[in-house]
Amino acid sequence: MTFDYLVQQLINGISIGSIYALIALGYTMVYGIIKLINFAHGDVFFVGAYTGYFAAKAGLGLILSLILAMVVCGILGVLIERLAYKPLRNAARIVILITAIGVSFLLENLGIITLGAQAQGFPEIVTKSTYTLWGDVTIDSIQIIVLAVTVILMAVLQFVVHRTKIGKAMRAVSFDMEAARLMGINVDSTISATFAIGSALAGAAGVVFAVMYPSVDPLMGIIPGLKAFVAAVLGGIGIIPGALVGGLLLGVVETGVQSIPGMSLWRDGVAFGILILILIFKPTGLFGKNVREKV
Amino acid sequence: MNKRFFLGIAISLVFYGVVQALISGEILNDFYVDTLVMLGINIILAVSLNLINGFTGQFSIGHAGFMSIGAYVSAIMTTNLGYSFPLALICGCLAAAVAGLIIGFPTLRLKGDYLAIATLGFGEIIRIVWLNNDYVGGAAGLNGIERVTNWSWVFFLVLITVIVIQNIVKSTHGRAMISVRENEIAAEAMGINVTRYKVIAFVVGAFFAGMAGAISAHYFYGIAPGSYNFMKSFEILVFVVLGGLGSTLGVVVGTVLLTLLFTFLQDIPEWRMIIYSLILILTMIFRPKGLLGNVDVMKLFKKRGGATKNGGTTTTP
Repeated sequence: MTFDYLVQQLINGISIGSIYALIALGYTMVYGIIKLINFAHGDVFFVGAYTGYFAAKAGLGLILSLILAMVVCGILGVLIERLAYKPLRNAARIVILITAIGVSFLLENLGIITLGAQAQGFPEIVTKSTYTLWGDVTIDSIQIIVLAVTVILMAVLQFVVHRTKIGKAMRAVSFDMEAARLMGINVDSTISATFAIGSALAGAAGVVFAVMYPSVDPLMGIIPGLKAFVAAVLGGIGIIPGALVGGLLLGVVETGVQSIPGMSLWRDGVAFGILILILIFKPTGLFGKNVREKV
Repeated sequence: MNKRFFLGIAISLVFYGVVQALISGEILNDFYVDTLVMLGINIILAVSLNLINGFTGQFSIGHAGFMSIGAYVSAIMTTNLGYSFPLALICGCLAAAVAGLIIGFPTLRLKGDYLAIATLGFGEIIRIVWLNNDYVGGAAGLNGIERVTNWSWVFFLVLITVIVIQNIVKSTHGRAMISVRENEIAAEAMGINVTRYKVIAFVVGAFFAGMAGAISAHYFYGIAPGSYNFMKSFEILVFVVLGGLGSTLGVVVGTVLLTLLFTFLQDIPEWRMIIYSLILILTMIFRPKGLLGNVDVMKLFKKRGGATKNGGTTTTP
């Protein structure tokens, strides 16, 4: 286990981790605003990957495919929120959670019916070339693109949340929905905007994931969706920088475990093990503050 | 143990006798027997999950994990070690109960969504342990398990499950569990040991989930880790929520309806899940408390007679 090997694993871990981070942002934003674990989020990711697949087949380049996937997923996110979650705004948490599971099943199976259950090869829209950094440490063009997409989208998100009016409204609604309503903020449209942004990020993650592992199928969102969710909890669900750190950390740990001989099958187990440990020792996540319950 | 209790037992025994006669007379073919066994297993799973989720209010979505422990432990005992099925069944249930205890303690500090996620994680970890264990066949699972269970086994185990859980719920302990569900802090203030009741609910729920696992393993010949993933846990949760959290009758009705729906849509597998998920979403939007969520069947009968016990809402007949 040389130093070069460790750095290589770190690079690999960061590139998968940044995809988790992109998906985790959607979970965290939606949770922050309406306290819902949006189980359908992983399926928005699959829709994004398929949109990218069709766009790439139609001859669009990476950037256009990415933008198209983000637009389609953003619209899908708003539709899901309006049709399934909005009627349940004041219902018990478990009811909304079950609805989210229902939406997830619905999207997956609509996908299977319309697109077929078979995995499709993703067209090569990025030529993979490998660059040697030093010694045995390499980075390929796809990893660079994944990182670049993540960094750019994060910067845009940071700008939207902290510098724009809609971002201010989102922060206000997540802080106290009733007070925000009283202050004249349109809560419904703010929630829709949150879903649109979160889902667009999941769509982008779907495309870069499909570029990295060139294959798409309707159930591809389940495992990355769960992992991203673990990442969101790890960083502190509802906290945007937490999603980034959680995603990267999870990606690195996972790649590390996978690279140990004989341990590769335990990769998913480790992710859930981290989840349990975090929940037991620091349920609000690495970045969360403890909130005492008032009687 | 009142008149209603014995009436219920008598009716179910008559039902058992009729079905048994139909099976012996070969009027019901294998398809129907399979469906009946499936129904029984699902009822055990749903009724036991309802003790945790519906009555104690602890949101658990790792029930398939407990089921897999019962299935694997009992299958190892009969197939690999050659013990008799009844002993294997009991050991499977106990192993699952111990797992419930182990999972119950550390996660008790968690509430609501966090508990749900933790139990989901635990369920998945149990599955991954089976998946990575060559002794139990890894991803391929265990095969060649002898078919020991039949309609009689399933029926009586369902009956025992329902009786035990109903009795817990109707007892002082059940009232304590419901008070934990309604308001933990108030329950604590009333001198109820909240932790103890949460653990009891987890252990009893897991015990019966293990039982369901053991009987399904000894009916369907083979088990594999893939069939105990979180989708299975969701499926059980859906039975409970659709029927009505905290209503044993509702849960049984919900389970029967969904299992039958699933069986009869078997020929169109692609559309089956779509119909299933649409029913789920529409029920949650239009009937969020479940089909029988706030319906008390006995009260319905009483109202019809015009005699309301609690007064206030008396309607002239």
